Amino acid sequence: MSVTTVERASADEPPETEPSYLTAENTISSWLLTRDHKRIALLFFASITFFFFVGGMAATLMRLNLATPEGLLQPSVYNRMFTMHGIIMVWFFLIPSIPTTFGNFFIPLMIGARDLAFPRVNLGSWYVFNLSGLVVLYSLVMGGADTGWTFYTPLSTSFANGYVFAAAMAVFINGFSSIMTSLNFVVTIHRLRAPGMTWMRLPLFVWGIYSVSVVMLTATPVLTMDTFLLAVERFVGTGLFDPAHGGDVLLWQHMFWFYSHPAVYIMILPAMGVISEIIPCYARRPIFGYAGMVIALMAIAILSFFVWAHHMFVAGISIYSAVFFSLMTFFVAVPSAIKVFNWTVSLHKGSISFDAPMLYALGFVLLFTVGGVTGLMLATLPVDVDVHGTYFVIAHFHYIMVGATVSAYFAALHYWWPKITGRYYPEGWARFSAILTYVGFNFTFFPQFILGYLGMARRSYTYPADWQSWNLLSSAGASILAVAYALPLLYLGWSLIWGRKAGPNPWRATGLEWAIASPPPEHNFERTPTVTLEPYSYDPEHGSFVTQEGRSHAR
Amino acid sequence: MPDSALPRPEIQFATIAQQGDTAELGIWAFLINETIFFGALIFTYFLYRNFYPHEFAVAAKDTVLWCGTLNFLILITSSLTMVLSINAAAQGERKAMILWLVITCALGFAFLLVKGYEYYLDFLHKSVPIVAYEIKPGEGNAGILFWAFYWVATGLHAIHLMAGIGLVLYMLLWRIRRGLITPAYYAPLEVVGIYWSFVDVVWLFLFPCIYLVGRS
Amino acid sequence: MYRWIPFWPDTAAVNAIAVNNIYIAELALSSLITLTVAFMLLTFSIRYRRGSTASRANLVQKTWHFEVGWTTATLGLFLILFVYGASMYIWLYNPPPADEEIYVVGKRWMWKAEHPGGQREIDALHVPIDKTIRLVLASEDVIHSFFVPAFRIKHDVVPGALETIWFKANKTGTFRLACTQFCGLQHATMAGEVVVMSGPDYARWLGDQGVRESFAEQGSELFRAHGCSGCHSENSTVHAPLLDGVYGTFVHMQDGSVRFADEAYLRDCIVNPRSFTVAGYPPVMPDYAGQLGEDELLKVIAYIKSIGSKRETGR
Ligand code: HEA
Ligand code: HEA
Ligand code: HEC
Ligand code: CUA
Ligand SMILES: [Cu+2]
Repeated sequence: MSVTTVERASADEPPETEPSYLTAENTISSWLLTRDHKRIALLFFASITFFFFVGGMAATLMRLNLATPEGLLQPSVYNRMFTMHGIIMVWFFLIPSIPTTFGNFFIPLMIGARDLAFPRVNLGSWYVFNLSGLVVLYSLVMGGADTGWTFYTPLSTSFANGYVFAAAMAVFINGFSSIMTSLNFVVTIHRLRAPGMTWMRLPLFVWGIYSVSVVMLTATPVLTMDTFLLAVERFVGTGLFDPAHGGDVLLWQHMFWFYSHPAVYIMILPAMGVISEIIPCYARRPIFGYAGMVIALMAIAILSFFVWAHHMFVAGISIYSAVFFSLMTFFVAVPSAIKVFNWTVSLHKGSISFDAPMLYALGFVLLFTVGGVTGLMLATLPVDVDVHGTYFVIAHFHYIMVGATVSAYFAALHYWWPKITGRYYPEGWARFSAILTYVGFNFTFFPQFILGYLGMARRSYTYPADWQSWNLLSSAGASILAVAYALPLLYLGWSLIWGRKAGPNPWRATGLEWAIASPPPEHNFERTPTVTLEPYSYDPEHGSFVTQEGRSHAR
Repeated sequence: MPDSALPRPEIQFATIAQQGDTAELGIWAFLINETIFFGALIFTYFLYRNFYPHEFAVAAKDTVLWCGTLNFLILITSSLTMVLSINAAAQGERKAMILWLVITCALGFAFLLVKGYEYYLDFLHKSVPIVAYEIKPGEGNAGILFWAFYWVATGLHAIHLMAGIGLVLYMLLWRIRRGLITPAYYAPLEVVGIYWSFVDVVWLFLFPCIYLVGRS
Repeated sequence: MYRWIPFWPDTAAVNAIAVNNIYIAELALSSLITLTVAFMLLTFSIRYRRGSTASRANLVQKTWHFEVGWTTATLGLFLILFVYGASMYIWLYNPPPADEEIYVVGKRWMWKAEHPGGQREIDALHVPIDKTIRLVLASEDVIHSFFVPAFRIKHDVVPGALETIWFKANKTGTFRLACTQFCGLQHATMAGEVVVMSGPDYARWLGDQGVRESFAEQGSELFRAHGCSGCHSENSTVHAPLLDGVYGTFVHMQDGSVRFADEAYLRDCIVNPRSFTVAGYPPVMPDYAGQLGEDELLKVIAYIKSIGSKRETGR
């Protein structure tokens, strides 16, 4: 291991031998037919940003409608809005969000590989994703589906008259994209690690993506089969899910949640990985309990398969299975608790700076805790009997999915922006929108806990007038939130042209991805790096750090 | 062809051996995924079978046993010929490899042919839900559920087999013709072989589950 | 009782008090945990901000005893919550002997309730105070969910099955009744009210509904009209079981299994007789699926239940 102390930024700069991946070639076909994981990441970034705003528009309409008890929209329009909001946000934004963009971009860089194992499959995944996106847009433009994102039968098979078939097919096709991407990650992480990059030296983001890929790979086919049967049933009508023809109504729910419960962890595991990168970097100290963090990730991944029926406590499953699934739900929360405590204690004796990614990360920890403890309340059977199907559940999962995961997504976007584009974003604006997100978020979703316990049913376009003040507060918060989510688009776009140039390692971080130029050269590493150290070798006492390649840097 | 003519690995791999290894891990990971896909179907099938044991048993008697059995034998044989072809590839016996692969492909087509004829018989027997369906005595309302599963399961299997035939043809008409499969590097052929065997194994499960259970 | 807490929903049943207690306990624990996490984040952030003079020497190296410590602590807390919750749930979902039984049918987009005396109401449910009321829930089309926030009770109403649920109101007044499972266009307005009345008021209300045939009597007519009595009676030529007193007993099946004869079982017998056969009888009972509407089924079931009790009291 070299013990030479190298000056920051100056001696660090690798020689400019290869053009960056952005400038290497710039025809349209060089982008659309690229096999470079970095370019594919950007393609995905464009697609999912688009869908985030489509889903966000639907949310805006919904909150607008709920600002008054009578509502502004036609009931049928409102019903289609929340269905499409759920479908688009879940499958077209949140599930692909972190894996397909930052995972795609950084997994090879972090493990010292020159690309993913199957670059063509990776590109194919983007095309399949867009195909499913077109189908869902078709469904949306034609009028949308009106079943809720859960497609409960027999409503979805025999009664709903929206474009349910198209929406289900969109989800079906989308699954192939998930499978292609996750397969790629699993194989890449198994086979393409650089010499010395042992499993216990992997950055936690890689572990996050690995665990999520395992879950995606094993859970998605069940949804694929489930939506396939739904489509057959809706198209042909043999009565598979229809009690009037001898079908089993609850079968759909079991199969759906068998996928969709693991899917909610699909949405949180990569976010946990991101936060585990950011907190040590800005606290300048090693993460507290690396091994515990890894075990917790894998434990969540595995246990997530045994809790699905906690969505069905009042659906008519037997008392004993309800009790069993409640117990398993408590178990799956234990590793999450470990993670929250470890992140918190990772600040102890750090040397903390509050840059925008760190602000998002701290917000993540707090909002995840609130979402998590309310999840525990839902896991407690009698409380769930009361608040199931009310806004309490809506608030619970928005706290985790929006408050936590979307925050982590924005944290990752800021943290890696200089690496991806080679430019700094304006720090002041970034901190401002991080704080604005936090404020707007709590205004939007905290009132929904209260509404939920008061008994406001979800998926309702109208409500009794005495609940208007809470709903108004929530709608007002949503407009703050919308501004906070639109702002980064503006200043990040601005920074592309006018932003200050960033060096290879602007945050003085330890991962391999920071050892190469920003933006990275087309083929990542000139020579394959050799890893000698675990990640996060920061020293808060002396302000120094050692990269994973073993190069130490003084203050 | 000389053994030393190793193809260059793709950019992300250090050696061609690593590339082959990775491809094989890839196909295994994919098959785990496929197993769960068919597993979910077979699971729901048995769930309904459990609800309606009598109706399903009666309906299952109307499946064409000889077609299913013949196809069972065809696929088993094709697995064997596939393995022989890979063996030949490993030994560098190019002629034998091509011959066995052609036979494998032909067996695949034979399966589809028999299956198509069976579908025709099912149609004559009015066992196609919606298109031509008639409730047979003893089936009750649940018989149609059996046929729905029958069509979904065998249909999906047939699609997988067609994909397999496509892959074999791709090997024959592209990779092998260009001399890309050599004793030093025949991993692509192995990948196709693994997939092919998987499709056979699916039939190995579907055949007893659909044709045999309840027939005594 | 909970009036002093702001934004607290009405609490009008013994079930609701139990749920309130566990809810408050969890709320307190959750707030404590969240505040602890927030407090730790805040103090560390201030104390160890960049440039502060706090000592960073001697970072904790061995982390695992801490981790084992808080893992076991959370696991312990979770188990306590689980046991508390599960025992309460078993109590909540196991109906005690009822003083009165009311049948509720969900239909897009209304709730139809039928009292044993034959009184029917739509989007409303009148019940007496301090009595254990048992509801039998059925759906005519899709899944609905019967929810009375003030009683903290909820159950999905699933087509093709009968569900039961109970409550004991302890406060008179009018409370909201809602559907919480999305069931299509007007799901939001599939609501009504539950009116809790004192005993005498309730009796008066029942009387005011006009004299009607009782629920079970209507069922008895259907039982004859649909030919059930042709087989299920003493002087029938078909070898079929007598239905007197089956309700609430254990029935042996041909395949050796034993089923408890509750409402759901009786419903299964009528619409799905081919899926099982009572031991000792030929499987000849015709399938009545689609011939009897959901409320008719409930009436027939009520009749079968009533002949059970008649026989017991009669002998
Ligand atoms: C990213 C998504 C995500 C995540 C991570 C979670 C995490 C959890 N969820 Fe959530 N959930 C959803 C998304 C998510 N959920 C969605 C989308 C729905 C509704 C779907 C629909 O119906 O449309 C839902 C619904 C839902 C239900 C069903 C509600 C109902 O419909 O009736 C339940 C019930 O058990 C539940 C429980 C939990 C639990 C226990 C966790 C746990 O994993 C949380 C663990 C975390 C913590 C517990 C916090 C940290 C811990 C500590 C600080 C330790 C100390 C704490 C104590 C001692 C109290 N969730
Ligand atoms: C997975 C991710 C995800 C995300 C990110 C969100 C984001 C948001 N959701 Fe979410 N939501 C779900 C998943 C998600 N949701 C799901 C699964 C359901 C259940 C559906 C069902 O019941 O079937 C649901 C249901 C749901 C409901 C309940 C509907 C009902 O039951 O009747 C509500 C109501 O307030 C709501 C609100 C919001 C809001 C205000 C946001 C905000 O965070 C969105 C903020 C983003 C934007 C606003 C877009 C960006 C900004 C602009 C475009 C600028 C221009 C706009 C303006 C100036 C206004 N959502
Ligand atoms: C053709 C004769 C026939 C008719 C008509 C008939 N049943 Fe039956 N029923 C039987 C026989 C035989 C059995 C026992 C075998 C079985 O379980 O299938 C039975 C069983 C039952 C049982 C289960 C009894 C037990 O001991 O658990 C119920 C309940 C029942 N029938 C209700 C009805 C109702 C209600 C109707 C009318 C809507 C009806 N039956 C019409 C023949 C008949
Ligand atoms: Cu009935 Cu919602
Ligand atoms: Cu869940």
